[in-house]
Amino acid sequence: MASTSFKDRNLLAVIGDEDTVTGLLLAGIGNVDKAKRNFLVVDSKTSVSSIEAAFGEYTERKDIAILLINQHVAEKIRPLVDKYTQAFPALLEIPSKDHPYDPAKDSVLKRVQKLFGD
Amino acid sequence: MSGTGSRENIFPTRMALTNTKQRLKGAQTGHSLLAKKRDALTTRFRAILRKVDEAKRKMGRVMQLASFSLAEVTYATGDISYLVREQAKAASFKVKAKQENVSGVVLPAFEVDRVAGSDFNLTGLGRGGQQVLKAKEVYAKAVETLVELASLQTAFMILDEVIRATNRRVNAIEHVVIPRLENTIKYIVSELDEMDREEFFRLKKVQAKKKRDAQAADAVRASQLIAEEITPPTRDVVTENTGRDLLSSKDEDVIF
Repeated sequence: MASTSFKDRNLLAVIGDEDTVTGLLLAGIGNVDKAKRNFLVVDSKTSVSSIEAAFGEYTERKDIAILLINQHVAEKIRPLVDKYTQAFPALLEIPSKDHPYDPAKDSVLKRVQKLFGD
Repeated sequence: MSGTGSRENIFPTRMALTNTKQRLKGAQTGHSLLAKKRDALTTRFRAILRKVDEAKRKMGRVMQLASFSLAEVTYATGDISYLVREQAKAASFKVKAKQENVSGVVLPAFEVDRVAGSDFNLTGLGRGGQQVLKAKEVYAKAVETLVELASLQTAFMILDEVIRATNRRVNAIEHVVIPRLENTIKYIVSELDEMDREEFFRLKKVQAKKKRDAQAADAVRASQLIAEEITPPTRDVVTENTGRDLLSSKDEDVIF
């Protein structure tokens, strides 16, 4: 099952807007290894395909335990996010400064609500 | 009877019956164990579900706070995002996974693994060092919350999957395996009964035949006896007489 090889996962990755990424980097999650970074800054000019590529890369990497993604960014690649059901890395949708958190949009919370419903 | 429902393709013998009964017992034990496991997991799952819901809402507040402190930094020092991004080298804020066991299911839990001290070299910032430090702390706190939430969420995902698998197994045993074994037992029992009846009938038939044969033989013997009782003495006498006659009497024709 998915519980194998989570021992060596110890990094956090982030896909988000400038402020979120800056703040998280301030906290010290940034890791740059041979031009391979664990963060992606998304602004209005970033194309959806590059977000998708980053999402794919971070979910494929073996050293990432938690992937943080801004909710408004997740919204852009929602089909991909909804399809993602692996346990590792854990996907976490976080609010950003300009976009308050909306629990109704969260893929995981949607499942939680569904389970509570029935 | 034996024809209803699916059953195992097995030869109806007493041994097969014993084996099947044992298997049925095993299946029932397995079923109750799995049902217990499912209940335990579900209890855990409910608790985690509630916590996830709570933590998600808490995260909203924490992140808002963090954004505010970053805004303060930006106000005090100007935009430092580029600088911060360029200075990121090795992560000082990492997580460590440890495992927790819930009725045989390994649940990972992330723990914050923070390298102490500020390796972030912010010497370029002449002003607002205080604000930066504060923002850093606030964000670290926020990330801790996020990590906590992430481990809850991971546990949630894994438990969800495991509960599904367990449910499938419980249902399969309850609705497929056990009825099948019961059918097999019914089939074997009915076949064995059938064989018993056949055997009984055969025995009866053989006995009846033997009896008939014995009676016939008796009748023959009896009739023989009766016949013997009437005829034998005379015949005996006759033969004896003739023998004696032959040996003892003198014949004129014999010359020596």
